[in-house]
Amino acid sequence: MASTASLAAPTAPLVTYLNHQHGVASWLLTKDHKRIGLMYMVVVTFAFFLGGIFASMIRLELATPAGDLLSADTYNKMFTMHGVAMVFFVLIPAVPAILGNFVLPLMLGAKDVAFPKLNLLSWYIFVIGFLFTVYAMVAGGVDTGWTFYTPYSSRASNANVMMTGIGVFITGFSSILTGLNFMVTIHRMRAPGLTWFRLPLFVWAVYATSLVQILGTPVIAITVLALAIERGLHFGIFDPALGGDPVLFQHMFWFYSHPAVYIMILPPMGAISEVIAAFSRKSVFGYSFVAFSSLAIAIFGFLVWAHHMFVAGISVYSALVFSFLTYAVAIPSAVKVFNWAATMYKGAIWLKAPMIWAICFLGLFLVGGLTGLFTAALGVDVHIHDTYFVVAHFHFIMVGGAIMGYFAGLHYWWPKITGRMYSDIWAKVAAVIVFAGFNLTFGPQFILGYLGMPRRYHVYPEEFQVLNVLSSAGASILGVGYMLVAIYLLASLFKGERVGANPWYATGLEWTTQSPPLPHNFEVQPIVTHEAYEYTRREVTVG
Amino acid sequence: MAVHGDHGAHAHHPDLQHHFDTLGQQHEAATLGMWLFLITEVMFFGGLFLAYMLYRIWYPRAWSEASLELNVLLGGTNTIVLIGSSLTMALAVRAAQTGLRKQTVVWLLLTMALGLTFLVIKYFEYAEKFEHHHVPGFDFHFPGPDAGPAQIYFSLYFLMTGLHATHMVIGFGLLSVITWMAARGRFSPAWYTPVEMSGLYWHFVDIVWIFLFPLLYLVDRAHHFA
Repeated sequence: MASTASLAAPTAPLVTYLNHQHGVASWLLTKDHKRIGLMYMVVVTFAFFLGGIFASMIRLELATPAGDLLSADTYNKMFTMHGVAMVFFVLIPAVPAILGNFVLPLMLGAKDVAFPKLNLLSWYIFVIGFLFTVYAMVAGGVDTGWTFYTPYSSRASNANVMMTGIGVFITGFSSILTGLNFMVTIHRMRAPGLTWFRLPLFVWAVYATSLVQILGTPVIAITVLALAIERGLHFGIFDPALGGDPVLFQHMFWFYSHPAVYIMILPPMGAISEVIAAFSRKSVFGYSFVAFSSLAIAIFGFLVWAHHMFVAGISVYSALVFSFLTYAVAIPSAVKVFNWAATMYKGAIWLKAPMIWAICFLGLFLVGGLTGLFTAALGVDVHIHDTYFVVAHFHFIMVGGAIMGYFAGLHYWWPKITGRMYSDIWAKVAAVIVFAGFNLTFGPQFILGYLGMPRRYHVYPEEFQVLNVLSSAGASILGVGYMLVAIYLLASLFKGERVGANPWYATGLEWTTQSPPLPHNFEVQPIVTHEAYEYTRREVTVG
Repeated sequence: MAVHGDHGAHAHHPDLQHHFDTLGQQHEAATLGMWLFLITEVMFFGGLFLAYMLYRIWYPRAWSEASLELNVLLGGTNTIVLIGSSLTMALAVRAAQTGLRKQTVVWLLLTMALGLTFLVIKYFEYAEKFEHHHVPGFDFHFPGPDAGPAQIYFSLYFLMTGLHATHMVIGFGLLSVITWMAARGRFSPAWYTPVEMSGLYWHFVDIVWIFLFPLLYLVDRAHHFA
């Protein structure tokens, strides 16, 4: 619905959350969810850059079969630090902590999240955890793989496992508290009339994510704590020399770290629902199916962790059950993809930049999801376990899915966040470059893995070189694409055209307030009288 | 639902934060938040209970022998002390709810005293373990063939009770602040949320101990005394 505000000539609003207070202290002590979201964006972008540098070192090394650029030890540290930076400091906070913080209270018609001080505290906890981790990286790095498997991590490795562990442990509480905050916010802070089934699907996705954060993250916290105590104080917990069980560590680690994949992918899925509806000018097909599929993914997601351990000597019967449940979790994921496609079907598709990013997401997530089924099959998994096939699969989900979805959401809400529009054409060009670069990077890795190239080695036989060179070339294209995004988004802050409240003519309460929003979001308390995504109402009444 | 609770009329209460409409909404948000936090705590301790369960099934003999080394008298005393502190905590919440300022402070101080008693007794227990070389990593010694698994038992003992004691210390700090606020008359029947939330936390920490005590101290004890 196009409000009158969006049709008026856009001018800069007098008072916004950005200009009502000035100075560094007004940011560092803010309790405004919008400012906190932007503060997360700064740290996460830095971490993304850091993780990207580690990734480039990996791809540079793998351009040739010999280990000529990095020693084996340095290479181990590169892929470990790439994983740690990207998983804990980019993928997990990206959409919930940045976009979630910014738009969730706006979508609910609330003045803020339920616990604003706790929200700020979460950011500080995140930064402190990040600083510990960065310190570990600067002071010699860590080489265990981001999975910290025992007993290597607790007894053998002489790298900075302790510092990294402390960093991850601390950061976990940021995630827990953000999830808790959002869940209470969704329960208690909704505007009058905003019933559960009128909520935008992004809110459902964030709710499901919060569930995973609340139930899963404490388990990784205690696991890493136990690991640190085993390493630091020489307590016996997982140590096989004392009769301990290193596989217990894997169980506890993946009990969180598999659901963590859903922390990464569910919120971007929510953003995709918003974008697809807005740019297809249609209500999301099967709203309640999409809403409940988020919850189903969150719940099923807790029951599949041992599929990471099919070759770790677990019982064949439990492997059968975990394999079956892993197939089951594909169902709600597929529901989402089908429903997005059905939403686009016969929609009036408006190919603006966010939609291009969303369509790229659809393609990449589809490949990532389907190749997940290969790895869920017990027999096939024995062949492809710990090969580049798995690397390609999870990068299709995490980069092709989560990061593309983040960018779709970021491009969608950027005018709301900044009050300015970026260059649409450059955004489209960047999306296509990223899409092409991504496929060139990770497509060959499926073949490499199937041919038997294991992950985590810095040398490989010469017959794998062509595919590895293609992959490294793709990575540089990918890097160019991401740099392009950074450039035109930064440029838009200064030169971007000013936009009104609702540049996309989208539904949702966040588009009813000015861009950038007021410090307390709304001039008057919004009252909701209709469902989400009423894009077709007019056509229905006319037709 | 964010509906108006019992205390909705006090729209201009000084403790009503700007982003809430009513004290009732604020109270409900705090309550839900606290319960969700306690769920995260259950999962946090849950990891250790899982490890405990696995190793107890694997090493029943070591578990039974190592458990006999714990001081059941001190552990039992501490159990009674903690249950008592939960009673005084509940009475403190009740007093705050009914607006009895002095009583609130007294019950809170008593709760803190009992919590401190628990920690002091725990200190003596830990000291005893150091004397007997039962602390993993510090010149650990355990006679017989089960030294390895016994070390795992004591690792879990120290991790679980240590984590519990850490929660007690945090709770003690929390109650210090609440007591100070109560003494200054910050609570009323309209708004006593912090007292109730601290109470929930305190009871949770108590319940963890109710599980820890039999799991750690009472493994197979009846069999040995039969």
